[in-house]
Amino acid sequence: MDALISPLLNGTALGALLLLAALGLTLTFGQMGVINMAHGEFIMAGAFIAYLTQTVVASSNVSILLALPLAFIGAGLLGLLLEIGIIQWMYRRPLDTLLVTVGVALILQQVALQIFPAQGVPVEAPDWLSGQIDVFGYAWPLRQVFTIVLAALCLVSLAVWLKYSSFGRRIRATVQNRDLAETSGIRTRNIDRITFFVGSGLAGVAGVAASLIGGTNSQMGTQYIIPAFLVVVAGGVGQIKGTVLAAWALGIALSFFAEWTTGSMAQVLAFVLLVVFLQFRPQGLFTVRTRGLT
Amino acid sequence: MLAIPALATAAVLVLAGCGSRAGDTAEADAGTAAAGSCIDTSGDTIKLGFLNSLTGGMAISEQTVSNVLHMAADEINADGGILGKQIEYIQEDGATDWPTFAEKTEKLLTQDCVAAIFGGWTSSSRKAVKPVVEENNGLFFYPVQYEGLESSPNIYYTGATTNQQIIPAMDYLAAQGVKTLFLAGSDYVFPRTANAIIKLYAAELGIEIVGEEYVPLDKDDWTTQVSKIVAADPDFVFNTINGSSNVGFIKAYYDAGLTPETTPIISVSIAEEEAPAMGHEVTGNYASWNYFQSLETPNNPGFIERWQAYPDSSGVTSDPMEAAYISLYLYKALAEAAGSFEVDDINAAAAEGGITVDAPEGVVTLDGENHHISKPGNIGRINADNQFDIVWSSDGFIEPDPYLEGYDWFPADVRDALVAAAG
Repeated sequence: MDALISPLLNGTALGALLLLAALGLTLTFGQMGVINMAHGEFIMAGAFIAYLTQTVVASSNVSILLALPLAFIGAGLLGLLLEIGIIQWMYRRPLDTLLVTVGVALILQQVALQIFPAQGVPVEAPDWLSGQIDVFGYAWPLRQVFTIVLAALCLVSLAVWLKYSSFGRRIRATVQNRDLAETSGIRTRNIDRITFFVGSGLAGVAGVAASLIGGTNSQMGTQYIIPAFLVVVAGGVGQIKGTVLAAWALGIALSFFAEWTTGSMAQVLAFVLLVVFLQFRPQGLFTVRTRGLT
Repeated sequence: MLAIPALATAAVLVLAGCGSRAGDTAEADAGTAAAGSCIDTSGDTIKLGFLNSLTGGMAISEQTVSNVLHMAADEINADGGILGKQIEYIQEDGATDWPTFAEKTEKLLTQDCVAAIFGGWTSSSRKAVKPVVEENNGLFFYPVQYEGLESSPNIYYTGATTNQQIIPAMDYLAAQGVKTLFLAGSDYVFPRTANAIIKLYAAELGIEIVGEEYVPLDKDDWTTQVSKIVAADPDFVFNTINGSSNVGFIKAYYDAGLTPETTPIISVSIAEEEAPAMGHEVTGNYASWNYFQSLETPNNPGFIERWQAYPDSSGVTSDPMEAAYISLYLYKALAEAAGSFEVDDINAAAAEGGITVDAPEGVVTLDGENHHISKPGNIGRINADNQFDIVWSSDGFIEPDPYLEGYDWFPADVRDALVAAAG
């Protein structure tokens, strides 16, 4: 029983982390078509904000909760800066955004290396996250439960915001038909900025979760960027439900393969599976039904 | 085939008298030209190359090595230089890219004409540099503990080989009555080779290996592997994980409810530099090194004080940086014993034996045959200040044995296979 329970739970938590990393991309890549390779560095920024919050508010019990909105705003502002400074000149040129944002990613990594200790900084987990709960005999770390709850909260908030808020409606209108949206009086430039802010901010939240799982250092973003893009592509670009399913499936696959083989083999097998899947379904799990002319 | 040894002998004979040594005769000039050496000893400076990754993923670790090399150069210069010449170093960035290491080595040797190169960290970087220094008959000083099974006339190794770090760690575990051991490592040459050696020695010591797990170097997620450790319930975990992945491992270990009281870890890549990034979750676990900041030797307090006062200091001293510090002093000792900066003179001086450096870890002696140095084995336990309380020390200094030829349990065919696999 334990041989099934532990990879299932570990995999779900890993999937939740991948989802957090990918959720912002469903906006910036999925909705806006920008390939932002610096998204991983926004995750890094969120993790460093968690650390900085901890240096100000010593109690890790409180600081981690404060860090979540701060990381959202901090990473969001970085994203906004990137949008205003660079991306806005590059819409409809996705390959150019890819190259430019790789450069931005390298710059941000080096900046982090200059500011913080090279080996990274410790982000202490709060007391209420140290410990395990018993699930059919498997001692499930509470920190994993936290990652799942956090991912679920972000997901629901984003979905509700996109579906029911007036901002959400305007974003969807802009994505579906930019010209028609403009003629209806939507200021699409503002919509672009807000979308980019929220997408990048979600990366910051992912960073807080990541800081509790792995190292907080200048290189940490690089390990999330490729899986995050793959999850978005496999789920169907712009499809949040697809992203959720793909992230969970990838997390589960990685954990079960790691259980049966080794950690390295698991990476190979899971990504082979993903590539094979995309061969047969290049559009991903779900597709956008659009009435746009583009 | 006869021509090659004959030529080499001739070159050595001629070179023995070449270069800058006072009282040289005319034949020396011919020798210098024949060997293609372009080391310029005419001025009052000597050029050395420093080669580390200052950008990219390995900058995290290599920056410190680079900084301590600068400090050592400043110290030596303040003290009169090497053979009366001030060190003029040329800093190159390996950029965490192994072909770049090879390219920069070539540049340093053939264009800058440096007398020796210092630096590197990963085995991949060393293996990229090795053919280039061998082809150009240059010198490379490598400062990090590694998987052994290598020696080169053009490389000097000032970090531990396996019998100075892995084997002392296993001896310590055996002395503690450990019966079951779990191996956790990053997936590349050092952990794979180290674990091959550990498994052979464990069989000799009667320790059972109850699990072996690898995760790619750039991945922090260890949760599934830690679940396997919980299930296997070993007496000890032998950790050969490197880099940031270590943080993920320690966090997953702590989150799963494992503690140093129930399932202690012994690491070979967590030092004073790395421990702070892991917070209190790593406290109480063990590490095997040759040097610790807490080591009580005559030279250590001065070394720590000078490093902490150095502008680019990270504040703490650690094993790899101490080994890098040794490397420059080892070169100084070699050049002074040879009375020359020429590579063949230096190798000849090394072969004569008796080259020592009064290092922070103690007086280390160079082995002229395999170009490694003797080192003390030490086991430390991480305390709340991220310093190490020394709990075990080897009986005197351990002579380097990179090919483990002095160990009966290490069969020749395994050695050959590992050497072949390591390329």
